[in-house]
Amino acid sequence: MRSASEHDKVEGFPVHFALNLVLVSSESRSKVLLAMARSTSKDAQALLHSFRSAYAATPTNLKIIDLYVGFAVFTALIQIAYIAIVGSFPFNAFLSGLLSCIGTAVLAVCLRIQVNRENKEFKDLPPERAFADFVLCNLVLHLVIMNFLG
Amino acid sequence: MVGKAEPVNGSVKSGSNQSIPATMQSPLKKSDLIPNLSLKTLKLKTKQQELLIRVSILCLVYVLAFITRLFSVLRYESMIHEFDPYFNYRTTLFLTEKGFYEFWNWFDSESWYPLGRIIGGTLYPGLMVTAAIIYWLLRFLRFAIHIREVCVLTAPFFASNTTLVAYFFGKEVWDSGAGLVAAALIAICPGYISRSVAGSYDNEGVAIFALLLTFYLFVKAVNTGSLAWALASAFAYFYMVSAWGGYVFIINLIPLYVLVLLITGRYSMRLYVAYNSMYVLGMLLAMQIRFVGFQHVQSGEHMAAMGVFFLLQVFFFLDWVKHLLSDTKLFQAFLRITVTTAIGVGAIALGVGMASGYISPWTGRFYSLLDPTYAKDHIPIIASVSEHQPTAWSSFMFDFHILLFLFPAVCLISAIAVSATIKNLTLVARAKSKVTQTGSVRGSSSSKGSSKASLDQSQPFQRNGAIALLLGAFYLLSKYATHCTWVTSEAYSSPSIVLAARGAHGNRVIFDDYREAYFWLRKNTPPDAKVMSWWDYGYQITAMGNRTVIVDNNTWNNTHIATVGRAMSSYEDEAYEIMRSLDVDYVLVVFGGVTGYSSDDINKFLWMVRIGGGVFPVIKEPDYLVNGEYRVDKGAAPKMLNCLMYKLSYYRFGELTTEYGKPPGYDRARGVEIGNKDIKLEYLEEAFTTSNWIVRIYKVKPPNNRW
Repeated sequence: MRSASEHDKVEGFPVHFALNLVLVSSESRSKVLLAMARSTSKDAQALLHSFRSAYAATPTNLKIIDLYVGFAVFTALIQIAYIAIVGSFPFNAFLSGLLSCIGTAVLAVCLRIQVNRENKEFKDLPPERAFADFVLCNLVLHLVIMNFLG
Repeated sequence: MVGKAEPVNGSVKSGSNQSIPATMQSPLKKSDLIPNLSLKTLKLKTKQQELLIRVSILCLVYVLAFITRLFSVLRYESMIHEFDPYFNYRTTLFLTEKGFYEFWNWFDSESWYPLGRIIGGTLYPGLMVTAAIIYWLLRFLRFAIHIREVCVLTAPFFASNTTLVAYFFGKEVWDSGAGLVAAALIAICPGYISRSVAGSYDNEGVAIFALLLTFYLFVKAVNTGSLAWALASAFAYFYMVSAWGGYVFIINLIPLYVLVLLITGRYSMRLYVAYNSMYVLGMLLAMQIRFVGFQHVQSGEHMAAMGVFFLLQVFFFLDWVKHLLSDTKLFQAFLRITVTTAIGVGAIALGVGMASGYISPWTGRFYSLLDPTYAKDHIPIIASVSEHQPTAWSSFMFDFHILLFLFPAVCLISAIAVSATIKNLTLVARAKSKVTQTGSVRGSSSSKGSSKASLDQSQPFQRNGAIALLLGAFYLLSKYATHCTWVTSEAYSSPSIVLAARGAHGNRVIFDDYREAYFWLRKNTPPDAKVMSWWDYGYQITAMGNRTVIVDNNTWNNTHIATVGRAMSSYEDEAYEIMRSLDVDYVLVVFGGVTGYSSDDINKFLWMVRIGGGVFPVIKEPDYLVNGEYRVDKGAAPKMLNCLMYKLSYYRFGELTTEYGKPPGYDRARGVEIGNKDIKLEYLEEAFTTSNWIVRIYKVKPPNNRW
């Protein structure tokens, strides 16, 4: 509800909104709600559009990492859907599967942060070293997962 | 174990390649009286001198931390102290004899008869595995050393390693001066010594090292943002989890630290990299310990770490989106949606988790931390442990001395304070001499020189004040060192299993009754005999006596302990029924009436009554008290005078004269003459009483023939 008032000034928002609600009758209230819903969807579209255009500008290697992260998260979601349906009986197996997806996603995000040339803090970290760390951590992660699978 | 030898010959460390003997000859004549080698004679550069000083100080601190914990080994012998270390020793022995697989899957039927105990799944293996590895390493190098020696000296060895970690930690947080002071302070801090003295083979000895290591590596990871350091800190956390149940404090302190960093705005991408990789890898590694199991995702105490994990994801995701979107208004819309959804989902998930009981609530350990009197009212068995009593203020001073007002409980902050103060004071003390050399000679001096000159002119006594304060600081530190050594020697070096006292002529008298009794048990009872005693002595009986016990220090089954408590507090015939049901062959009690030893079973008896009464309402505490007072003399309650514990402790004691001028049957620990001197036992018979009557063992008679 509150996002519709983005067109108003942010500071004066509560007062105006409250006044609006109080003074308007129920019919026109539904009209106001419709108008707010429409503006929200317009907002969302504008958001998505600007997001898409900004994202297109990122370099390809970062996009590949993002794809990998997306794949890992997707796999995690599939596993969550599975336990919602079937149940989590070998709990250690469930945890190891889920944590391997989340773990590798998190490590890939860390790699992305370290490799991204826009981050000033990591500018003297060679990307090969970042990738080597990534591989090492993934190795440890999957070795532990294999022990935990049981 | 073996401390590093300090570099005695300074020339070994020197980097100079000039002919040393020639340059050393002339200054030696001047400095003949000075015992140390003057550093100037070695023609070292300043950096190398500094390195030499630092390394030698560290080596001295390393050796100091080790040797200050050796008092009891020198005074008595190299043995394991107290109660819990005996369990750790027994499991380590098993590990070295049978191997890791047997150890990890060990089901012990020699304790908690008839229930048994799954030892493999209910212990923290870090300490045992560490000692076993050191033992195997020494064996590999052909040192034929007994595992007991390794166990006794593990804690001092790791205390020395802790000082090294403290040095690096101080260096990381402030500078190497603070690191050195931190190492020195932690080497002799009495609070740490009390848990890591030689012979105290307990989890904390290794765990404190792992704790400091985890914190140091995590701070290093946050500072460098490197995945390798985060991986190292995850492994240190795994070591900590394997070593001690107190790892829960770490898994809450680190998220708290991250939260504070986020709130104060001192964060960056490095924090994200460090915390996330450490959390995921650390959590996975920690769940490999069976005793910990799934607690990282199910227990309320671990939820803070998970909460901060999700918070970080949301936070940095929003940061990234903000960076991508150039339009601030759109971003604020997005921000509002995401934040409300995230908080909503998180709150709902947490609520559902706690309501359905999936996420278990906080355990007694945390409640006791927040409210030290919690255990006394709600959980008598936790309250009865002497180590769990709330600390008196005087004990704080006893254990921490000057660290108490430098900063409570944190050697590092104290170290920083001390080191920074001393550094500033020495700078001020030196300032005047530098200014007179450089400031007056050159007219146009640098701004630093002029400011120092003005500093000097405004307060002419500043230098003297600085020197006085420096002397004060050194005096304080030396008092700290003296206090720590005195405390270690007097209070924390007693093995508890061997007692010492001063005889009438001032000579030292040793009471070795415990070991005498356990050895008797080992040699004079059938191998499958079952011994009933109060749970304090369980570990020692299984480790040294090698016999099955009914209850021991693990205290995992309150009902079983309450059964034993009920047996001890009942009349002899009721107790006999209970003992027959548990297949008890021998009963062991500890009695201090002859020696004046005050930690005996009669003094602990009220706890037995409370714990027994907590499960069996037939045992009522007021039955044993007279007007709320606990007495054993003629005016004691009749139930007290006839219960099993009383009978077993004072059997035949009425005929013994313990002190000159007092009647026979005078109990030196309670300071009274006992009430019931004519004790007859119907169902038990006395098997063994040690030379000073401290441990008394009775045999349970089999039932009479029916006709």
